[in-house]
Amino acid sequence: MKGEHGPLVHELFGRGDYGLISEIVEPGSCVLDLGCGEGELLAWLADNKNVDARGVEISPAKLQKAIARGVSAYQGDIESCLADYPDKAFDYVLLSQTLQEVRYPKQVMQDILRVGRRAIIAFPNFGHYKVRLAHLLNGRAPKTKLFPYDWYDSPNIHFLTVDDFEILAARERWQIERRYFLSGTKEIKAMPNLLAEVAVFVVSHA
Amino acid sequence: MVVETQIKRFDSIELESGVVIHSVDIAYETYGTLNAAKSNAILVVHAFSGDAHAAGVSADGQRGWWENMIGPGKGFDTDKYFVICTNVLGGCKGTTGPISINPATGQRYGMSFPVVTIGDMVRAQKMLVESLGIKRLLSVAGGSMGGMQVLEWAVSHPESVASAIPIASTARHSAQQIAFNEVGRQAIMADPDWNGGEYYDSKPPARGLSVARMVGHITYMSDASMREKFGRRQREDNGIFEVESYLRYRGSQFVDRFDANSYLYITKAMDLFDLANGAQSLVPVLNKTRTRFLVISFTSDWLYPSYQSLEIVNALRRRNQDVAYIELTSSYGHDAFLVEVDEQAELITGFLARTMKENSRA
Repeated sequence: MKGEHGPLVHELFGRGDYGLISEIVEPGSCVLDLGCGEGELLAWLADNKNVDARGVEISPAKLQKAIARGVSAYQGDIESCLADYPDKAFDYVLLSQTLQEVRYPKQVMQDILRVGRRAIIAFPNFGHYKVRLAHLLNGRAPKTKLFPYDWYDSPNIHFLTVDDFEILAARERWQIERRYFLSGTKEIKAMPNLLAEVAVFVVSHA
Repeated sequence: MVVETQIKRFDSIELESGVVIHSVDIAYETYGTLNAAKSNAILVVHAFSGDAHAAGVSADGQRGWWENMIGPGKGFDTDKYFVICTNVLGGCKGTTGPISINPATGQRYGMSFPVVTIGDMVRAQKMLVESLGIKRLLSVAGGSMGGMQVLEWAVSHPESVASAIPIASTARHSAQQIAFNEVGRQAIMADPDWNGGEYYDSKPPARGLSVARMVGHITYMSDASMREKFGRRQREDNGIFEVESYLRYRGSQFVDRFDANSYLYITKAMDLFDLANGAQSLVPVLNKTRTRFLVISFTSDWLYPSYQSLEIVNALRRRNQDVAYIELTSSYGHDAFLVEVDEQAELITGFLARTMKENSRA
């Protein structure tokens, strides 16, 4: 599993057997991957779980590779593309490491939960202790393994934590069906807001 | 591989208008081998001035118009797939058209040939495909007017098409596209040699047809590709601009290989085509199809701009249908679909492989 799909693939597939994603996604379901990159995940799901695999990708070079893998990917922007899909068009909508990059994350979440029966949302946890320490000790915009960018060229425009997401979900009455917290490829069971590098939520409408 | 265009004769074809043409010839070529299950057949459909000779080399040394895309190991891999290409109804390359003899009169049809539509072209292709014993095509693919036929296949024979690849095409001509076609038609009809379409026993309207083709070639290129190819360079022998010389050459060359009346009929068929049958939205008409789509457009194509491809793609997405879409970067204008081989081959290879796999599973 190489390529630039991003941490969801690497984290979830880090076990070497696509374990976590395989556990979540039911065979034969219809999956939309927002920001599908070169389509590795979708191609794997199509090959191994008989999934009807759809993707959205903004980068033409990555899109080219995704389609060449046989993935039905569409050149578009995450924030504007969702409006066209009918309600409950997909069994799962995946959004990997991108929620912190979109202009209106709440709106995107609402759109995702309209077009999908379930959302699988992965994002880097800004509450991780190393991020907190970097900010506290240096007095500068945190720059860590997880947030490697300088403030002026970072794609991240919202800095949310595990707790932030849980609070918004409760307020919006989204049902969090499952949660996975990862540090590297290791699953974190306690104090996720402090210890998780990546949070993965399986969300549906209440 | 040396290939030869075959002709198959059918008793008749009923057009969408209800008019029946008797004794219809359909010219076609095939490449590769049909498998035992007859599940690997792909119909490639040509653009406005194309013909059945899509691939390989003919006995007189002519390379097929999509030779770089069809063949062993190419985008349409003839080691895996059985590829069929036919000349369109109304054409002049072996399939019945205005230049053909009307069996009822013993004379060439000329302007008495009935109006044909993109739907009629597809009906003729369906007849040929069925005569080869093929019930379901793995894919129908084509650019420009070929893309219109691809779309027509997907909505009028959804059960017969597993996948569709419309390239640099549209669900309906815009006013601008109709306008360019009308200039071409008027150029032909303004030539006294056209003579109401009755020129087969004298000389063809070469000037008019040549001017029509010159206009066409301008629309197939882009500002950037013309600048790069010709700039303001002038020829040393006669002092005319390179671009003038090119267009004149292309125009005169076209006269030798195309029938002026076919030009009128086929451009009209393109202009009349409307996948939505006059409705604003494409969504209802696309309701019927379960076909997988791969839609491709090109950045510099101003004749069939990307917004027209996007209209198709977005209508399919509204139906939650299986569609891949990419706008490829190219400076070649509308010609890009014949020129940008590597990217298209990579996309089509993956798309067809997945379609084949899903089809064998279904």
